[in-house]
Formats: sequence, structure tokens, C-alpha cells
Amino acid sequence: MATINDVVIKIATVNGTGSASANGLLRKAIFRMGVPVVGKNYFPSNIQGLPTWYEIRVTGDGYSCRSDRVDIMVAMNAQTYARDLAEVEPGGCLVYDSTWPRNNLLNRDDITIIGIPLSRMCNEHFEGARARILMKNIAYVGAIAALLGLDLDIIKGLLEETFAAKQHLIASNMEAIHLGYDYAVKSFPCPLPTRVEKMDATKGHIVIDGNTAAGLGCMYAGATVGAWYPITPSTSLMDAFRTFCGRYRVDPETGKRTYCIIQAEDELAAIGMVLGASWNGARSFTPTSGPGISLMSEFIGFGYYAEIPAVLFDVQRTGPSTGMPTRTQQCDLLSCAYASHGDTKHVLLFPADPAECFYMSPQAFDLAERLQTPVMVLTDLDIGMNDWMVPELEWDDSYVPDRGKVLSAEELEGMDKFYRYLDVDGDGIPYRSLPGVHPKGAYFTRGSGHTKLGAYTEDSAEYQEVVDRLLVKWETARSLVPEAEIRYSKFNKAAILSLGSGDGACKEALDRLEKQNVGLNYCRVRAFPFTDAVREFIEQHEVVFVVEQNRDAQLRTLLITDIDADQRKLVSLLHYNGMPINSGFVVDGVLAEIAKGRAA
Amino acid sequence: MTYIAKPRISHPSLPKNELGLTTRDYEGAVSTLCAGCGHDSVTAALIQAVFELGIEPHMLAKISGIGCSSKTPAYFVSQAHGFNSVHGRMPSVTTGANAANRDMTYIGVSGDGDSLSIGVGQFVHAIRRNLNMCYLIENNGVYGLTKGQFSASADIGSKPKKGLPNQQEPIDPASAALALGATYIARSFSGDKEQLVPLIKGAIMHSGFSLVDVISPCVTFNDHEGSTKSYAHTREFYNHVANIDYIHPSEEIKASYQAGDAMPIHLHGGDTIVLRKLDRAYDPTSRAQAFKLLRERFNAGEITTGLLYVNENRAEMHELMHNIDTPLSQLPYEGLQPGNDELRKLQGRYR
Repeated sequence: MATINDVVIKIATVNGTGSASANGLLRKAIFRMGVPVVGKNYFPSNIQGLPTWYEIRVTGDGYSCRSDRVDIMVAMNAQTYARDLAEVEPGGCLVYDSTWPRNNLLNRDDITIIGIPLSRMCNEHFEGARARILMKNIAYVGAIAALLGLDLDIIKGLLEETFAAKQHLIASNMEAIHLGYDYAVKSFPCPLPTRVEKMDATKGHIVIDGNTAAGLGCMYAGATVGAWYPITPSTSLMDAFRTFCGRYRVDPETGKRTYCIIQAEDELAAIGMVLGASWNGARSFTPTSGPGISLMSEFIGFGYYAEIPAVLFDVQRTGPSTGMPTRTQQCDLLSCAYASHGDTKHVLLFPADPAECFYMSPQAFDLAERLQTPVMVLTDLDIGMNDWMVPELEWDDSYVPDRGKVLSAEELEGMDKFYRYLDVDGDGIPYRSLPGVHPKGAYFTRGSGHTKLGAYTEDSAEYQEVVDRLLVKWETARSLVPEAEIRYSKFNKAAILSLGSGDGACKEALDRLEKQNVGLNYCRVRAFPFTDAVREFIEQHEVVFVVEQNRDAQLRTLLITDIDADQRKLVSLLHYNGMPINSGFVVDGVLAEIAKGRAA
Repeated sequence: MTYIAKPRISHPSLPKNELGLTTRDYEGAVSTLCAGCGHDSVTAALIQAVFELGIEPHMLAKISGIGCSSKTPAYFVSQAHGFNSVHGRMPSVTTGANAANRDMTYIGVSGDGDSLSIGVGQFVHAIRRNLNMCYLIENNGVYGLTKGQFSASADIGSKPKKGLPNQQEPIDPASAALALGATYIARSFSGDKEQLVPLIKGAIMHSGFSLVDVISPCVTFNDHEGSTKSYAHTREFYNHVANIDYIHPSEEIKASYQAGDAMPIHLHGGDTIVLRKLDRAYDPTSRAQAFKLLRERFNAGEITTGLLYVNENRAEMHELMHNIDTPLSQLPYEGLQPGNDELRKLQGRYR
């Protein structure tokens, strides 16, 4: 039986052999045929030599999470051959380089083994070790193109775009494509029953990673100072900001820049620079990951208490400690929500995909400046570094940055006296002056105890008045943060609640459960503090399955501490092995809980 | 006397600077440091320096970390913007603030505890970036607020009030700054205002990173017999090598400087400092000579003071990064993003 546009291809290679561009070519070719794709990179914390995998999920239904199966394995790495072979779904197939026959290796009779002499063919057609290795990657793309029935003209078109400036590479890459393609067509019945056919489901969409989208969002938000210390998996966010600024923020005549990117000596300094720049009126941000948040925590608490805007991106990776730097998790929810000593709590945003990374970037700056506090955007490696199909990004040209309650020189001039920490409007947010604007705007910024007038204090009542006012601001934040996404399928007593990159798996799971007559409502929180709608959603249900990617149920803890959610209702489904979550995990988890007597 | 509020009346005969302000306009809150603390003398020198330079108070940012020294930004120029940050991290805050607005004057006040322990990394990297700031270390070799532990600048053999003398190598901020490529390095003594004020003025006007390491004795925990950071010890082993006079662009360089002794150095902004060399052979534009001098005098137990090294030929951070002349914080939003049409176009590569 033919399966159309529902296939998972996994390519096993060795890190540092240049397979990324070949894999990207394959993924893009399918996308250009109008078929939705998901691209996931499972890579080691290594520059060269360790195993790496790229997984392409072809999903005509347009799901966005990884699949729980592999239909076609391209086994290019002898090191992981046995494991790769074992992973193939019965009825699937495995493609390997038959230059070195693997007859004596573990074999399976429930899958089709397809040997293609990729190395031999490339050695015959190309000169030089590096070219041969790179072209071998392109050749397997050709073979997969034949097996899946991909359009060679589309592949050629992509190569022409990629190598527009290096014409000679177009011919050689096409030659490599044909080596794989022609051999496959000649030796096996192509295309396979499981294959790709043209659709029209990718129009108006792009495929992009979250770090690129966030870097782009920061440029559109008008950020001018970025300070950072490189850390996987956040590094490509600043790389993207640098690239876009290099294109749009350099005066063509003078070469002068309207942005300043500082590679700090460490995360302690990076956040200090962000606070210094924000204090002085620039939109400033830092991208980091969990270990960076640990280092930045003291200053995050300072920003909270001295009330200085700052935008942080935490592209979460697997902890604790160094953990698995190239694997994903949602494990920094608690450490970000309550970063730093003393009573502190921080506004968090939870984008679910690269599109939200883009849109939440200006939102984060607006909130940070409106609330005069650090705001953290919590993505993860899965969102930040993998390829997601999302609707084309749109920018509202009428957008005006919300700089918050910043007093102008004229306003300061007209004031009798300016007090930095006075709650004039009753929303817990005081007025702010920027240095260098007006002599009346001068005040002393400090992390030590201060009065509502901004003076140093060790007086109990004066101290308490300010920290209590920060709680008023917290409630204002609750009314300003992005609303949760809530879906009611019908009148259900049970629901799923999730966040961030768990969204795709949960939505696919909802569909799969619906087919099994298990109807569930859905809530995806998009920010901390939680809005009233989240509180009401939990109140409306008897059971809420809280799906998150950490061991200790951190989202569940936040729900209990922030909105006093009834913990007996909150049933955790925890996925924390470092791989992106898939729908099967959620379906199995929900069904298992129902079998245990949980209502649904 | 910290409970007494400062009177706000000033004498009509007080001299005014070019902005029509008197030194009273550059004062801050009453100090809460110990009576006789060297830091208060440094504060007085700072007030004198910014007054004489005619810096608009609100165009001055005074940034500090944690410790006795870091409290002092509250004690000068009330109408400047103060930022008392976290321990050892004054340089990063100053870096960010300066990145956002290059038009302001930045004075970072730190101490040996703040800059030479947790802050040593940020101190080092501010120098590497040639951040345009005046970095002042109030150096007393001791932790005051926690009651008398040695700091990293304590000399070998220096005695604490209680316990054994220090045996660890001291970190000398001036020598370290010289090794790291700082472009203005001075050392002085809190008790020598005549030398200190022009050194601070030169440091403020210098384009790039200026270090002023001020020996500033701690009267409570490190001013006893056997301490190498006491007033008595500092006065005895104090050694001027090259003092300076700061010359405003509108002033003429006086003829009284004798050739050979006087050495004018032109700063980026048009100002000039004139070095009054007490050691005729010494050339403070030579990094190698500065090294030699510092090391030799240190070995002889002397405290070398004055302008130790200056280099006006290195670009500061913004110049190195080709940043626009307008402060980044003042750029209109419209010019910072290319709009929706361009967004549509640039996404071609993601299709």
C-alpha cells in the first residue's frame, strides 16, 4: 500500500563531514514540492568525529514535532550502523554505502536494505579528499530523491540559488546528485511505495530556526546593544542578529554601525553590560543558556530590585550542570522564574516555535521597558536550532516601541522634584529618567535597600514598602503578558496544559486521541506570571495533564506557587531524555493515566 | 558626623567654573565612611576635578561595585547619575552604559577588593576594549566592611591588626594595567590632592581607558605600624616620578615649564596635559620604561606615583567597533529596521 507524504528519513553521518548542507538541500526540495517538513538535528558536543543525525519528517498533515518512527535510514556512519539499523520501522528501508559491504553485520529481514556504492562512485568522478567526502553527501541526496520520487528540477533550482556565485559547483553537485539518483533508479524499483508527491501546503510558509527568527526579531524591535558570551545552543541567535544588522544597520557611505555587539568575557559581564545599556536608554539583550542564567542570576536580581529593563533569551539545553549541551529540555523554568537570592520573580515568555520567537522578541522589549524589569524569553535547543515550518513572518509597519514610563527633558523640567521609585499611577510601575537627559532626572541606582524616594535605607517600613510595591507591579505584569492559547474541543473534564516546544507534540496527540474517542481540551501557557485565563482553565477541569520537558515538573510547581492551582488535578507527563518530545509520548501517557482511573 | 544634613547655602565668593557652577554644585551626600578615611579625600579630589573641567553634572555617570570605595559615588555630584552595582562588576555596567551613550563622561569608582578579586576579569577586559572611562581604584590593601581581611593588593610582609603578616604576592593594578595595554595609567595618594586632581582630570579627558590607582589608607583596619598601606608608610616611601598639569584648550601652555622637564601631551579632545618630570630620563610614553621603573622602585620598597604611562594613539571602544557618532540610545526607531516589505524579501532564503 502506498503511503504518500508521511515518511521519516533519518540520516546518520559523522560530525564535521559537511552533511548539513546536503541534508538541508533534501529538506528544502521536499518543502519546495509543497509538502510540509520538519527538520531535526541530533548532534554531538563535538567539532569533528562523533556521530550526528538529521531527521526529516515529511508530514502532509503539517504536524510540527518529531515523529516516533524512522522509515528510511541513511546509514553513512559505520560507528552507529547497528543502532541505526535497529531503529528502522518494520517495512522501512535502510540505505548504506555499499563500497564497503556489510554482509557480516547484523541484518534484518523485515526491512529493505539498499546498498549504493557512494564512495566508489564519488572517488571515480571527483578529485581530492574533501570534494569526494562532500559529494558523497550530495550523492545520497540523489539516491533518496529517486527513492522518494523527488523532483530533480527543484533540486537543480536549489543548487543554482546556493551556488549563484560559484557556477562551476552547480554542474559538479548535479553530477553527484545523478550518481546517486541514476544508480538507485537502475538498481531498485523507484519510487518506493512510501514516497513524496507534490502538494500545495507550504505556500506562504518558510522553514527557519528559532535562533535566527529571534535575532531577526531583536533587529526589528530596535535593539542596539547586544552583549553575550558564546554558549551552545544560543550562539546562533547573536550570529543572526549580527548578520541582519550587518545588512541593514551599516551606513553604506561611512561604514558606521547603528548597533553594538560586545562579546563579553563571561555571562557575569554580559548581563552587566545589558543592564548598563538599558539603564542608559538603549534596547539591550543577551542570549544564553542554562549555565549562563546561573551566572547571571545575581545581576538579574539586581535588575528586578533596581528596576532596570533587560531582555534575556535562554535557549535551554539539558541540565543539570554541563549536562548534555546539544540536547534539548525545558529545565530552566524555576531557575529563571526565581533567579537570584532574596524575594525575586521574573516575567518569562514561552515561544512555541520560531515564528513566536520572532514576534515575542519585540514583545519582550516592550514588556521589559513597560515593567522596568528583566524579561526572559525561554526557548530551547529544539526551537532554537531545528528547522520549523511556520507561516511567513509579517511585520506591522505601524509598530511603535513601548519605551514605558520614561520622562522627557521637558517633563522633568516641569517637575518640582523627581523621585525614581514612587508609584504615581498605582500600577506598581514608577517613572524613570534616562541619564544625560536633564539635571532634574538624576537619581542613584542601587541594589541596596532603598526608600520609595530612591534614598538608601535600613528602615524596616521603608524597605518593606518598596518590595510590597513590586508585588503590585507583578500583578500589572500578569495583565500585560501574552495570553495563553486555549482550545476547547467540546465539553471535556480533562485537558492538556503545556508550553513552548511541547506544543506540536500536544496538538498532534490531541488529534490522535480524538480518533480514539478521547477528547481533551488544551491550554498552552505563553508567559509567566500566568494570566487569569490559565487559572480559570485549570479550575474548569477535573484533570489537567501537564506536559513538560524536565524531570521535576517545574511548570506544575510554577502553577501551584503562582496561581495556587489545585495540585491534585495536575498530572505530570514528563519527557526529559534530551530528545525533542513527540506525540506518541503524550498519547501513551494520557492513555496510561486513563487506564489507571484518571477521568477523561 | 553622618547624621548631620549638609547645609545648602554657599558663599557668594566661591569661584565659579565655565558653567557658572561652584564646587558646592558638585558635592554629594554626606559621607558615611570613617572619619579620616582616605576615600573621602579622593571624593574631594573628584569633586575638584569635575568642577574644574566644567562637566555638566547630568552628563556624568558615576558607577561602582561593592565595598567602602563603591559607596563613594553617593558622596559627589548629586546631580550626576549614580549606579552602585554588584561586587566586581562596575566595568561591565560601565561598558554597557558607554555602549548606549558615548557622549557622557564615565567615572568608575572601585577598590582593591572590588577590582582585584571577583572583579579582576572585568577590570582586565575593560582595558582590552580600551573603554573610554576613568577607572579609579581606592587602594587600601584591606577589606573594611567585613573588618580587616587582607585584599589582593596587600604587600608581602604587611602586618594586619591581628594575626600574621601577608605572604602572598600582591596584585599591583598599575603594573597589571601596563601589561594589559591600558592607555593611561596613573598612581597617586589620597593625601596629595595637588598631584591627584590633575591626574584625575587627565584621566577623564583621555580618550580610552584611564586607570588612577590611589593609595587611600583605611584608618580603621590598616593604618597601624607595620602596614604598608598606612598614611605614615605611604608618606615615607612616596615617590613622584612625573606629575602633570592639565591645560584646558582655551589656556596657553605656560612658559615656566623648563625644556627637558616639561613634556606636553595632546589629548584627543584638544586638551593638553603637561608632564612635569621629576626624573628627567623618564619617558611615560614608553611602555618598556614604565615597566622597568615600576618594578625597580617596587623592589626598592617605594611607591611610585604620577602619570606612569600614557598612549594617545590607540582607538577607544566605539572607534574600534566603527559605531555611529550619535549615541545609540538616541537613534530614532524608524532607521533601525527595514520594514515589512524588506522582511518579505529577506525570507526568500527560507523558502
